[in-house]
Amino acid sequence: MYAQMVKSTGKGVQSRDDMSPEDKAFQDRIDRGEKIEPKDYMPEAYRKTLIRQIGQHAHSEIVGQLPEGNWITRAPTLERKANLLAKVQDEAGHGLYLYCAAETLGVSRDELVEMLHSERMKYSSIFNYPTLTWADMGAVGWLVDGAAIMNQVPLQRTSYGPYARAMVRICKEESFHQRQGYHIMIKMAKEGTADQKRMAQDALNRFWYPALMMFGPSDKDSVHSAQSMAWKIKINTNDELRQKFVDETVPQAEFLGLTIPDENLRWNDETGHYEFSEPDWSEFFEVISGNGPCNAERLSTRRKAWDDGAWVREAMLAHARKSQKRSQAAE
Amino acid sequence: MTHENEWPLWEVFIRGQHGMSHRHVGSLHAADAEHAIRNARDVYTRRNEGVSIWVVEAKEITASNPSDKGPLFDPARDKVYRHPTFYDIPKEVGKM
Amino acid sequence: MTLSAAENPLFEFLLRQGDNALVLGHRTSEWCGVAPVLEEDIALANMALDLIGQTQLWLGYAGEVEGAGRTADDLAFLREVYDYRNLLMLEVPNGDFGRTQMRQFLFDAFQVPWLTRLQDSTNTRVAEIAAKCLKEALYHLDRSSHTVIALGDGTEESNRRMSDALTFLWPYSGEVFKVDATDHAMAEAGVAPLPSDLHSVWLETVERVLTEACLTLPEGTFAQSGGRTGFRHTEHLGHMLAVMQTLQRSYPGAAW
Repeated sequence: MYAQMVKSTGKGVQSRDDMSPEDKAFQDRIDRGEKIEPKDYMPEAYRKTLIRQIGQHAHSEIVGQLPEGNWITRAPTLERKANLLAKVQDEAGHGLYLYCAAETLGVSRDELVEMLHSERMKYSSIFNYPTLTWADMGAVGWLVDGAAIMNQVPLQRTSYGPYARAMVRICKEESFHQRQGYHIMIKMAKEGTADQKRMAQDALNRFWYPALMMFGPSDKDSVHSAQSMAWKIKINTNDELRQKFVDETVPQAEFLGLTIPDENLRWNDETGHYEFSEPDWSEFFEVISGNGPCNAERLSTRRKAWDDGAWVREAMLAHARKSQKRSQAAE
Repeated sequence: MTHENEWPLWEVFIRGQHGMSHRHVGSLHAADAEHAIRNARDVYTRRNEGVSIWVVEAKEITASNPSDKGPLFDPARDKVYRHPTFYDIPKEVGKM
Repeated sequence: MTLSAAENPLFEFLLRQGDNALVLGHRTSEWCGVAPVLEEDIALANMALDLIGQTQLWLGYAGEVEGAGRTADDLAFLREVYDYRNLLMLEVPNGDFGRTQMRQFLFDAFQVPWLTRLQDSTNTRVAEIAAKCLKEALYHLDRSSHTVIALGDGTEESNRRMSDALTFLWPYSGEVFKVDATDHAMAEAGVAPLPSDLHSVWLETVERVLTEACLTLPEGTFAQSGGRTGFRHTEHLGHMLAVMQTLQRSYPGAAW
């Protein structure tokens, strides 16, 4: 999802026999549904995996500001402009909450940002796709936020306290995001002009498979996922979430009068689920290894913003230190 | 690369509309306390959540040690007589 | 078609208020996603959201006063460059974060006393809108003045950048005090004070903050003008509108 293919130990679920007494007690706490807090004992692998996962999630929110930010200055009405800006601002907020959650694990925000900029950490593949028309603001809200919510709701129960609390706040705030996007789609696809309908269908065509990719490749055999699930930092498998997403989204597309770009899409009465085509996973691996349509641009935008802001961060701190000295001298 | 210009981390506490105590809502970075208050206003009260903000630099917080959890908190467990349900009051007396 | 400023000075006055908010809100929104640090990114977005809200109020009322059935959106998205009535200072590109903050401060230092006075307008709608905007402007001034002080005082580099920003913006900052027939008409009707009456209180705030920011008040008194009268905008406004109006212009009559 926003954290795709997070590596854990790479060795599958550690068996109880291989656990130290502390690790056994730790796993017992998780199994009992207790929350792990920053100063509690935790295995090093748990801590590291969490930093990777929360960091990736945070980076996704920050880079995720860009494709939608691309349309803030072109929003068609004052109200749409305010809606979109508020939504993209929320994403900055969500990035902020998540960085703070990661910081409780002993890594600083600046360290995480640096790892993003030096490509030692990743962000979700979805944000490497371009937003080409206003309908993309609808599609992104509807599909991308829709997919994200599916992943984030269960994460409110994740075992790490600060992460779970950040997710609670994020889910609460995010409830308007998907509706905002779908509302744009209604205006364009259902009530709009021929041009607008065409834009809406085009946006769905371009975002459907990238949205399915957000859940990551099938992980039913993944050793990383199994360990993460044992630690309750991953709650559902990628396939479960993807199926749930398709099942919920298809009727929404029908309501809009839009066609999902998948000839194999059909309802299966026996399973009670839709059958659908897998996305092109070779494209997914290209995108996460840096070859998506916008990878270079997104990263260079983030790096430039960070570098351009260096003097501001430095100066604000310098001023704070000077004023502190001055007030101490005055006492 | 050093991070000497990273702003310190602050913990933010907000009192909502309805007279409840200040509640920890999250953290943020700011150059100093006043800046932290302004940032808290912008980050944590966007949805009309608060009427009062406290900030404290994270490093100034002293927290109880998790390994002391037993001695700190277990002794309170068996003091059931501190809770109203411990005392049986005859129904005839009514609500108390 | 539409009445001239002389024929409908209230409409003209409302456009000036609305276009200031619209243009500054738009420029501020350009920072979304690329500010120096997350906390500032979020703060700038709040500022922009306030200004977009103010735009809706001022231009909404302007449309009513005009009486031609135009909405706030019609006014925002379907006018030509020379129909805009915002200050030039607000339409020039953001520059660096320092210049953005300096511009915000120079504007806020005027807006706070200005909106305070507008609360006593004989026009109750103007008074109501001003009261709502004033609360936002007070926070904006608080934030922008502290940021200007911090960046002016911070480091050698930041002081130099803020000094450059001030030099660049100063000739634009006086435009608001150049009064014309519209201002006089509003003053006579008791709708608004003459902006020039607020010059000394504005200057007092500016001097106080710049001194604390270790910056020198520029000596020049020359002021660019042409924005609030619409006579001669900068070249930048046209580019800004080309972006801002693209959908409304490309798909006439479409609802979004």
